Amino acid sequence: MGSRRGKLVFLVAAAALWMAASAARAALPIHIWTTSSGARVYFVASRGIPMLDINVDFDAGGRRVPAGKAGLGGLTYTLVRAGSATRSEEEISRRIADVGAQLDGSVDRDRAGFSLRTLSSERERGQAIATFAEILQTPVFPEAAFAREKARLVDGIREEETKPEAIVSKAFYRLLYAAHPYALAPTPETVLRIEGADVEGFYRANYVAERAVVTILGDVDRELAGRIAEQLTAGLPRGAGAPAPLPAVLQPRGETVHIAHPASQSHILLGLPAMTRKDPDYFPLLVGNYILGGGGFVSRLTLEVREKRGYAYSVYSYFLPLAQEGPFQIGLQTKKEQAEEALARVRAVLGEFLAQGPRAAELKAAKQNLVGGFALRIDSNRKLLEQVALIGFYQLPLTWLDDFTARVEKVSVDQIRAAFARHVRPDNLVTVVVGSGEK
Amino acid sequence: MGIRMFRHLFALIAAVAATAAGAQGAAQEYQLANGLRVIVKEDHRAPTAVHMVWYRAGSMDEVSGASGVAHVLEHMMFKGTKTVKSGEFSRRIAAAGGRENAFTNRDYTAYFQQVPKDALPLMMQLEADRMSNLLVTETEFSREIKVVMEERRLRTEDQPRALVAEALNAEAYFAHPYRWPVIGWMNDLEHMRHADARNWYARWYVPNNAVVVVVGDVKADEVFALAQKYYGRIKARPLPERKPQIEPEQRGVRRAVVKAPAELPYLLMGWKCPVLRNVGQDLQPYALEVLAGVLDGNESARLNQSLVRNSRIASEVGAGYDATARGPGMCFLEGTPSQGRSAAELEAGLRAELARVVDNGVTEEELARVKAQVVASQVFKRDSIFGQAMEIGQFETTGLSHRDIDRVLERIKAVTAEQVRAAAKQYFADDNLTVVVLDPQPLDQAKARPAPPRMRH
Repeated sequence: MGSRRGKLVFLVAAAALWMAASAARAALPIHIWTTSSGARVYFVASRGIPMLDINVDFDAGGRRVPAGKAGLGGLTYTLVRAGSATRSEEEISRRIADVGAQLDGSVDRDRAGFSLRTLSSERERGQAIATFAEILQTPVFPEAAFAREKARLVDGIREEETKPEAIVSKAFYRLLYAAHPYALAPTPETVLRIEGADVEGFYRANYVAERAVVTILGDVDRELAGRIAEQLTAGLPRGAGAPAPLPAVLQPRGETVHIAHPASQSHILLGLPAMTRKDPDYFPLLVGNYILGGGGFVSRLTLEVREKRGYAYSVYSYFLPLAQEGPFQIGLQTKKEQAEEALARVRAVLGEFLAQGPRAAELKAAKQNLVGGFALRIDSNRKLLEQVALIGFYQLPLTWLDDFTARVEKVSVDQIRAAFARHVRPDNLVTVVVGSGEK
Repeated sequence: MGIRMFRHLFALIAAVAATAAGAQGAAQEYQLANGLRVIVKEDHRAPTAVHMVWYRAGSMDEVSGASGVAHVLEHMMFKGTKTVKSGEFSRRIAAAGGRENAFTNRDYTAYFQQVPKDALPLMMQLEADRMSNLLVTETEFSREIKVVMEERRLRTEDQPRALVAEALNAEAYFAHPYRWPVIGWMNDLEHMRHADARNWYARWYVPNNAVVVVVGDVKADEVFALAQKYYGRIKARPLPERKPQIEPEQRGVRRAVVKAPAELPYLLMGWKCPVLRNVGQDLQPYALEVLAGVLDGNESARLNQSLVRNSRIASEVGAGYDATARGPGMCFLEGTPSQGRSAAELEAGLRAELARVVDNGVTEEELARVKAQVVASQVFKRDSIFGQAMEIGQFETTGLSHRDIDRVLERIKAVTAEQVRAAAKQYFADDNLTVVVLDPQPLDQAKARPAPPRMRH
């Protein structure tokens, strides 16, 4: 409550990062193999605490959903847990809870990810993993749960459609991505169109072993990790073939859209499609964004918009790298009466940064933080798991982790300016203002 | 630089990936002559540390008309001291590779930094400096108070459920300062002056009202020596008298309605409940913790199973109870009715679930399930040094000791089914209850609010 910063946005900006070294180089002892069914496995032993974390990620995010059925990805993800060949939804929940395990996860535009955290002791681990394996491999999508979850999803969407933060975000993605599936957000109409067979079909086509990545981190040895990975993937759907190719992401036409809303603040987003996970400009953009709007209190946007003028509690920028060009996004919320002044200030800060790049002192400070604070990115099992899972899912180069700090150190002022010029073109910049109405 | 960091990285990964058991011991405590208490928990899994300073001063220490000043002062703590100019605090932490933030609650205000362990002395130096040398200038205040008002707009004014929670506290407490929100009423923020923040600082920011918590790859003795060096020179001062402000007994159910732009209604019910005062002797807070777990501790827990999955009255339900607080406690039930169902139907459904507990008790199986989660959580929490430091700070600033953390969990594990039933019967009574309902308003008919009056300063 009452925390000084709404969100640690720089985490979002920088969350992706570095890559694990191969086992041969013995930096991070990551073991990599493929299960008999074709799933890729990334394993790191961590014996300090008697616990185990397992991520299973599928290439089954929003981008795989057919047009007109937005919501199918999220619905499938939810219903996978709603009943297996041998157990009811209630039994599944109980078997997880009875051993103190936690089953979480989320769906984004690229990934449908499940994460299990359990004690590593045999009984608890065994029951938790056996239940997890049933869920993933033998879901039955019961009719009652399907109807219920569809109704809940529609309720949730209708609620979201009243909230300025959701309205602005949906409009922003719609304008950035137009016909590309990254633009899709479920509406009551698209959800109501989904049938039971769609869910089953989406599961069969996308929750397939060949496009699954299992990340295991914790108190087990390599041999046991191997058996666990088999247990979780041997019965996954197979042979669905390569997914249909997705259209290229096109740059939008720059424009400013106003949407009326009765809230006291205007919610403002600016941005454009900008960067993939494997973009060669990743490090110049990462470091540059830290200076522009990613570095918490010390970023230019925070200094100019919040600290000097008191326009906003939260103002930030980030790159969200995805399989295809994910957004560069600047966001803030400010009382309606000063929305135009605040927006003008944001544009001035961005314009100056694009024109001149960072100052040498700013670059030095950014490197001090990103290099010096590197340890904070992996100082717990959970943080390390998330990093290794990203590496696995996006198949990042195996030297990335080793190289992270060195690559940050190498970034120059000129590289940042050039990278921003390539990726953030003012002509393509989309602005959405929810709050004050038509201008 | 590059090479040093490179080796550092490898050492870190080795540490996280292959720590020997027993890397972690019990927390150790040390008190300086000025009354400052320092609690250190060594955890050598990774070469990082978290440093926190907790002040036992939150919104419950405010007086009417000055609500929100604890939180405003928290913002001002980043605005410069006699020797560290405004913004410099954050720049130095960032340059040390650190992350930082702060938070204010009803019971306390806390500041933290997560850093590579080598940066710990700098953190202590900076925190000690702003414990006694803060400047609260009119210029800085006049800018920052606008930020706080934007924060209130963002988190409360335009958030219907936050307005419901705010209304519930204001209805449930007549006398106790828990009745006003941590962030403060907007009108109080509009009329706050820099002198209010400065006076708050002078009154409460003293070493004898603070606890320093350090968890991570440190040696307790070295941390105590550093604390002596940096915090030891600050003088103790007497604290103002804290009035008990005991809430008078509630005499009957209280109800309120909040109208705001939304699609679905939302229901929040709060019953006055006890909190932990004596870890060894109290019983009901432990029983209420278990009850919250039986009702909402997992997906198959009673509320979700019955009201979301089976009867489908609700699209979301929840139960909440926090056994640690300086002030009075409350047990919550909340939920969103499904489309076409009313808040009244959901309330009836929630009450029926409570009646089931009171009439028939809870099963041994449910009890075991809640306890299994307690056991597991004791292990899982070791993965986060930040979480461990939070837990220590919360216990210490709500009148308990860090030594009570494991005792509390042991006592929860000893709760019986009959104790759960008895606690439900005793506390979930209408005379203790406040109910607030969100009455959703269509967006297009909701009138835009008039502009707030202009600030005078």
